[in-house]
Amino acid sequence: MIRLEKRRQPSTFWSAMAPLMAVLLTMIVGGAMFAALGVDPVAAIRTIFWDPLFNPQFASYSRPQLLVKAGPLILIAIGLSLGFRAGVWNIGAEGQYIMGAICGAGAGLIFYPSESVLIFPLMVIAGGLGGWVWAMIPALFKTRFGTNEILVSLMLVYVAESILASVSSGLLRNPEGMGFPGSRNLAQWDASANRELISGTGMHWGVVAAFIAVILAYVLLSRHILGFQVRLSGAAPKAARLAGVSPARIVIFCLGTAGALAGAAGLFEVAGPAGQISIDFNSGYGFTAIIVAFLGRLHPVGILFAGLLMALTYIGGELAQLMLGVPGASIQLFQGMLLFFLLGVDVFTHYRLRPTAREAA
Amino acid sequence: MDFGSINPVLLLASVMVSATPILFAAIGELVVERSGVLNLGVEGMMVTGAVVGFAVAVNTGAPLPGFAAAALASAVLSLTFGVLTQVFLSNQVATGLGLTLVGLGLSALIGKPYEGMKSPTLPRIDLGPLTDLPVVGRLVFGHDIMVYVALALVAGVWAFLRYTRAGLILRAAGENHDAAHALGYKVIRIRLAAIFFGGACAGLGGAYLSLVRVPQWTEGMTAGAGWIALAIVVFASWRPWWVLVGAYLFGGVTVLQLNLQAAGAQVPVALLSASPYLVTILVLVVISARGHHGAPGSLGRPFHASQ
Repeated sequence: MIRLEKRRQPSTFWSAMAPLMAVLLTMIVGGAMFAALGVDPVAAIRTIFWDPLFNPQFASYSRPQLLVKAGPLILIAIGLSLGFRAGVWNIGAEGQYIMGAICGAGAGLIFYPSESVLIFPLMVIAGGLGGWVWAMIPALFKTRFGTNEILVSLMLVYVAESILASVSSGLLRNPEGMGFPGSRNLAQWDASANRELISGTGMHWGVVAAFIAVILAYVLLSRHILGFQVRLSGAAPKAARLAGVSPARIVIFCLGTAGALAGAAGLFEVAGPAGQISIDFNSGYGFTAIIVAFLGRLHPVGILFAGLLMALTYIGGELAQLMLGVPGASIQLFQGMLLFFLLGVDVFTHYRLRPTAREAA
Repeated sequence: MDFGSINPVLLLASVMVSATPILFAAIGELVVERSGVLNLGVEGMMVTGAVVGFAVAVNTGAPLPGFAAAALASAVLSLTFGVLTQVFLSNQVATGLGLTLVGLGLSALIGKPYEGMKSPTLPRIDLGPLTDLPVVGRLVFGHDIMVYVALALVAGVWAFLRYTRAGLILRAAGENHDAAHALGYKVIRIRLAAIFFGGACAGLGGAYLSLVRVPQWTEGMTAGAGWIALAIVVFASWRPWWVLVGAYLFGGVTVLQLNLQAAGAQVPVALLSASPYLVTILVLVVISARGHHGAPGSLGRPFHASQ
């Protein structure tokens, strides 16, 4: 009989190994899944993880996409990780992302067709504010009434989606779009375009913001008292309260930061890669970012790598769809499995296996 | 605007139909939570039930095998959550979210070939003269069998929790797992059984969506129903009959907003289509502001026998 025994200290070895093990297990089980779908598993795994980066035929297109897709994922996941560390479960980042995009795009479009250089910064601020306000709704309910933030933030995703559907065919519709839903193309308007900064890299302002967020989050968590309080609130809520940490302040800070970052990510996306507010410009980054945050061990540097890896599965998934006819949904399943395996392997960070002579009562 | 076109009897009857999927999922989740486990994967289990039920019903040409398969598939899927949280001691919130993401991906994968198809649907029962009674006949005796199954399930869960020894043990595991463990009850086994039951119920709810309520398969068709089921359990303060009230209330809002949209009410469509979610938020806020929760004591806390 084998039983689990709690470790005195979390294992640093397993903490670092768990994500790698999870990726490996996902490749194996995912490979089996592809085989069951009638696709050569080795080819599928190679197409997803190798070809986008190193295949001479595709790499020139796919490599820049890596940063384009990783940027929003990292930016959102950094915000979410603060909350997850503190035990604040914001799972409505998708809604904050949508509202940020709508507010940012709206703030810019008011000034169309001005060419002022102030428009893009204004849009970024409005985007962050939009996401922040959307996240403040669950934050205020949580701090004022103790309402469950998981459910409220998630319900607000559906509300945001109906607002998106409404504005893309109403308020923000392109007046020159011959009645089609969707806003003006922000990427084609010089004042608002979130352009590629270094040609051929995919680097745009959102990616820059993501890198800055990684650095700031790292400094916050390891060097700043607020970061310490965030970690303390999650690890030992009672100790945090006794030490004078206000739970309400932590909730507002964590949800607010996550909302602002998700909102900014939405704006960067809609002013760049997506181009316009349309009914389906959002591609689920807000949900995938939850996986990124956990896969990165809620650590800023880990999230950086996890975001790149998750971006790779998106790009590789599209490639596999194109080249091998793998259904698009299988990539979604692939990403979900990754989180599942990670959570499973993670048991070894906190527990060790011990053979026992007799069964524990 | 023409409110005259809305027939109140048919409206109430359709409320019952539209509430049934959430009722299934919520009563299952109630049992799970009463055992001390928070499974946030209801949405994923529902959508899996929806696609499996639809696929099996289309292939067999009969809806009932679809429901059975849906319950089984979602229950088996929920066991992945059970094993991860109970045996591997993973975080319940994160694992539940993972279950939702896996379920959405899995269902999209399975459902691709079935998009745009029509399934065999459940006939309404016909009790002859009883069903022909005015008003009452249509409301009480004029539904399909699964509406009654859902109601029976609520009564069954209520009686089980209140009057049976097994129900008492399940509640003990949920209120204080250390005490239950000290008394010699197998907390993990009890919880795995509860999770399995919750999965089966969510599967039935999903299948009711794709086989009766809509009846079609579209990707992600649950559209938050699983999350609303979770909210209804909170609304009900973990009491079975209040789950019924919550589900019918919610079904009422859904049907009303659809009817208002159809009647061309002078209300923005975005507001109407968001109204079920807004009402859920409002209800959650009111419940939490009232301060009485009644949540099981060990809800969401991991159990490890060494501690």
